[in-house]
Amino acid sequence: MSLFSTIVSQLVNGLQSGSIYALVALGYSMVYGIILLLNFAHGDIIMVGAYAAWMCMVNFHLHPVVSILIAILTSTLLGVVIEKVAYTPLRSAPRLSLLITAIGVSFLLENGFQLIFGAGAKDMSSAMTAVTGGPSISFGGTTLSFPAMLTIIVSILSMAVLTFLVQKTKLGKAMRAVSEDMGAAQLMGISVNATVSFTFAVGSALAGIGAILYLCAYPQANPTMGSMLGLKAFVAAVLGGIGSIPGAMIGGFVIGMAEALVSAVGLSVWKDGVVFAILIVVLLVKPTGILGRNITEKV
Amino acid sequence: MSDYELTYNDYDSREKILPERDKAYTPVMEAIGLSIEFGGLPAVDDFNLTVGRTEICGLIGPNGAGKTTVFNLLTKVYQPTRGKILIDGRDTKGMSTIQVNRAGVARTFQNIRLFKNLSVIDNVLIGMHNHTHYNMLTSTLRLPKYWKAEKAAREKALELLSIFGMQDQADAEAGSLPYGAQRRLEIVRALATGPKLLLLDEPAAGMNPSETTELMENIHKIRDTFQIAIMLIEHDMSLVMGICEGIAVLNYGKIIAKGTPEEIRRNPVVIEAYLGKKRGEKQDAEGQ
Repeated sequence: MSLFSTIVSQLVNGLQSGSIYALVALGYSMVYGIILLLNFAHGDIIMVGAYAAWMCMVNFHLHPVVSILIAILTSTLLGVVIEKVAYTPLRSAPRLSLLITAIGVSFLLENGFQLIFGAGAKDMSSAMTAVTGGPSISFGGTTLSFPAMLTIIVSILSMAVLTFLVQKTKLGKAMRAVSEDMGAAQLMGISVNATVSFTFAVGSALAGIGAILYLCAYPQANPTMGSMLGLKAFVAAVLGGIGSIPGAMIGGFVIGMAEALVSAVGLSVWKDGVVFAILIVVLLVKPTGILGRNITEKV
Repeated sequence: MSDYELTYNDYDSREKILPERDKAYTPVMEAIGLSIEFGGLPAVDDFNLTVGRTEICGLIGPNGAGKTTVFNLLTKVYQPTRGKILIDGRDTKGMSTIQVNRAGVARTFQNIRLFKNLSVIDNVLIGMHNHTHYNMLTSTLRLPKYWKAEKAAREKALELLSIFGMQDQADAEAGSLPYGAQRRLEIVRALATGPKLLLLDEPAAGMNPSETTELMENIHKIRDTFQIAIMLIEHDMSLVMGICEGIAVLNYGKIIAKGTPEEIRRNPVVIEAYLGKKRGEKQDAEGQ
């Protein structure tokens, strides 16, 4: 393989994993933006989405499209349920209690699924071929695999819809209003509970889409698959500026690219290390991230 | 009603205070024996006030008298310890801030609380949230209904902005507006929620005399155009005396006087609350 085709294929790899990170990072960032919570259970929503897809495809032999829709719906509902059950009662509690609760929910999901489905990975490689088995494009000695194209296109589409929702619709405006001043938004007649639930629903739906795209690349579900993916997406959100939606997208792609770059130079063992090194550097140099707002404390 | 007989001492006097044209209608707001305590200390005590449907009414008093607390009670930011609030004849007991807003109460803030990172028009559109009707699916698929509703909402928002001649700044970031314009935008945003009663918390604060005069004209214009009641807290006496039809004076959480601007101007209790007592004067005005 020529140097050029190596670069291109690593670039595509980076875009593929980067777009998954971006989708997941969006969920982190949106939730943080609205209730200042680092929802560490967010990664596990992906895991549950993946299990839902596995159940539908492998156990019930449902049509892949139906399975995918069910998986996304399951993630969405789970996100809203977690918010209602675990976070809403703590709305006025100190933020640390909320954070600890999020970690608790994460452990509950991981260990709960381990208890129910066992610790082993559920293989979906044959089932996923129905989704990933499309034509690939070749040019100049490089191959663009179908899953990679699918992932990149679906992610970009999802992000475009999200941007439209947030910028142009009344629910998006309500979201931005609540994230800026919850009290004032309430006095303008905006239901904070509904808006927060909507945010969780959208973030979790994106995680569900992320789960399916993740399965395209690594077709197996296991109880802890969400934790590393979630953590890396969290790094992406912080890098982009947590609370910022375009920031999360940029952060996701940067993290994906960084990983691909590290692998390209033959240091793939260091992939995870580099991601967390980025987190440390960001926190030291520019804690508000690339697009983060400077937060001034109210007096 | 029996709960309030002891405290509601001036129920009958409301006829006297309401403007003539509003007497035939249900008052837009009635506060009866309204009280709130913080840690046992009364912040507002036995507050009784009736506001007519199209009345411009002032709430004045020295700093710390509890004026903003009254606004917070009317908008249910605080739940009262005792007493009740009727909005348009409906008891608001148990209502949330959002429900009270839907019932027709909107407000501005003493320290401006715009959504500063959003555009001017988006601030107004957020006010119109409950009046814009389309659902998630319609908007995600961008069906014609979405475009129609959004277009209508945008036109309405621009129309509201034009009250203050702000339609040209619609796409500017709210936080980048000059101070006076931010105050005006807050009023527009509150109006966008379609209130029957508009609460203005120190609308003229930080404005120069010519801006204040313009504001007075605009408050009149808003009342006349929308036929709503406006209640305002203000320290600028020229504004209060110039536009209010009824004034209530609050001191230490209690209403010490109510009346027309003329009556308030001459009331010795009010003068005392603002300027202190003359030496040797008797305490005859206590408890009026």
